[in-house]
Amino acid sequence: MTLKIISSQCTSCSACEPECPNVAISEKNGTFVIDPKKCTECIGHFDSPQCAAVCPVDNTCVIDPAFPRYQPPA
Amino acid sequence: MSASAQPEAASGQGPNIADVMQTIAEHKGCGTSGGSGKASCGSGAGQGDLPTEIWEKVKNHPCYSEEAHHHYARMHVAVAPACNIQCNYCNRKYDCANESRPGVVSEKLTPEQAAKKVLAVASTIPQMTVLGIAGPGDPLANPEKTFKTFELIAKTAPDIKLCLSTNGLALPDHVDTIAGFNVDHVTITINMVDPEVGAKIYPWVFWKHKRYTGIEAAKLLTDRQLLGLEMLTERGILCKVNSVMIPGVNDQHLVEVNKAVKSRGAFLHNIMPLISAPEHGTVFGLTGQRGPTAQELKALQDSCEGEMNMMRHCRQCRADAVGLLGEDRSAEFTTDKIMAMEVNYDLDTRKAYQAKVEEERVAKVAAKQQELETLAGEMSDIKLLVAVATKGSGLINEHFGHAKEFQVYELSTAGAKFVGHRRVDLYCQGGYGDEDSLETVIRAINDCHAVFVAKIGGCPKADLLKAGIEPVDQFAHEFIEKSAISWFKAYLDKVNVGEIEHVERGDAEIRQGALITAA
Repeated sequence: MTLKIISSQCTSCSACEPECPNVAISEKNGTFVIDPKKCTECIGHFDSPQCAAVCPVDNTCVIDPAFPRYQPPA
Repeated sequence: MSASAQPEAASGQGPNIADVMQTIAEHKGCGTSGGSGKASCGSGAGQGDLPTEIWEKVKNHPCYSEEAHHHYARMHVAVAPACNIQCNYCNRKYDCANESRPGVVSEKLTPEQAAKKVLAVASTIPQMTVLGIAGPGDPLANPEKTFKTFELIAKTAPDIKLCLSTNGLALPDHVDTIAGFNVDHVTITINMVDPEVGAKIYPWVFWKHKRYTGIEAAKLLTDRQLLGLEMLTERGILCKVNSVMIPGVNDQHLVEVNKAVKSRGAFLHNIMPLISAPEHGTVFGLTGQRGPTAQELKALQDSCEGEMNMMRHCRQCRADAVGLLGEDRSAEFTTDKIMAMEVNYDLDTRKAYQAKVEEERVAKVAAKQQELETLAGEMSDIKLLVAVATKGSGLINEHFGHAKEFQVYELSTAGAKFVGHRRVDLYCQGGYGDEDSLETVIRAINDCHAVFVAKIGGCPKADLLKAGIEPVDQFAHEFIEKSAISWFKAYLDKVNVGEIEHVERGDAEIRQGALITAA
């Protein structure tokens, strides 16, 4: 139920941080990370994950296969 | 001028808005009559025909007044790393201390660190009058950081003018806040008013939680940019428009852009050459999109000049640049060094220093006027370029071998007009001349008839003469314009008596690579 930021690609531009509706993104050791407990892939908020939409480097904010896809409460 | 206007570009501009805004523009824009030598507000030598209230705003702003940039310094603080659009000429992944171009910074600052840095710099460089926020991303994509910085600086250093540079996408949302902070200079980067052109420059924009691409993205961007520009000029906030000249993409179209921004009250237009070396990793760099040559850039700037004032002295500086334009001192003010500095912000000392600078400025203008009188009555169609080695104050005060750039003036019977600068690698590094770099210097000023220097060695002198460029060191430490006019008068006399024959020069190269700073 989460996206992750590939830190080797992250330019630490901070564009994603204020866009996240769940305040799941923070700076850690010079790059940004997503707290998987808070990420909802923006489902219920916006049409697409905001971190990926605003990230200037393609394929940096990506779905983390380690977490099952988010299901909004029925 | 009409010949270079592109009919296909007209679609980007609504005619009724243009009509309405023309009224505003007639008051805001300052009319130039074009032609060389005419005083114009952005690039002219003095107030010219500029309304007094605008002159008061720009006269000590190095980025808005060509004349001021010899005397006053600015600094940028890199508090805004995030951006809401992607441009094909920008790559925010790349960062290098020896590189001088927009978007490049050594370290990002918090608003608190930025405020401390401004105080430290203002105490060290008393002629620092302007603080700008110009990225490395977009200041208005980081509104909290940007405005917090302004708030802190307005409190601690109230004499410093604030300005910002934006892509314009978020501008309409922040115009009231900008006005509230007394920001009286804003630069908007506008590269097109036709979405078809824009789609080739901007792969996407992010607006209201959605990523837009293609023509839709460009349409959104141009609408928001022009709206933001109108809103600013309505509030009396001075606007400069930056445009990047991309040959084959928007070069001809920029004439149309120039008309559109002029009609909306923009006060100064700065057409800059595309920087696109492959090693910068930008889309244009990687696809081999070339930048313009020096003469292509000058021809476009000249063709827009009848419409409005053109900025010619832009150095496309770093987003954390400090000091006079063309003389970057950012390395002296890293966060480590600032934190260790003892800051003594003394407003009176700053004012006293600036009063001395004003005296020097007045003397320079008077000297030029005096020399201009000797040209009165001269009739000649000859127009030529000369290069000048200077480190500021409007003087010929740099050694040929130490010059990191040359300032280029166009001389005619109307006088000396600044038309640009050429960056070069240092010819003289470690005390001996380097043959290869002399060649790059010659390529950079190959369209000039002469080069004015404070001093020059025998070898480069001979090579310059061989290349057809006359080295002139007889005016060392004198005022640039006065000396150039005096030299030109002598040149015309020699042509008239048949001692020399006037020949046209070729084109020159715009230096693309990293600025190599000598230790």
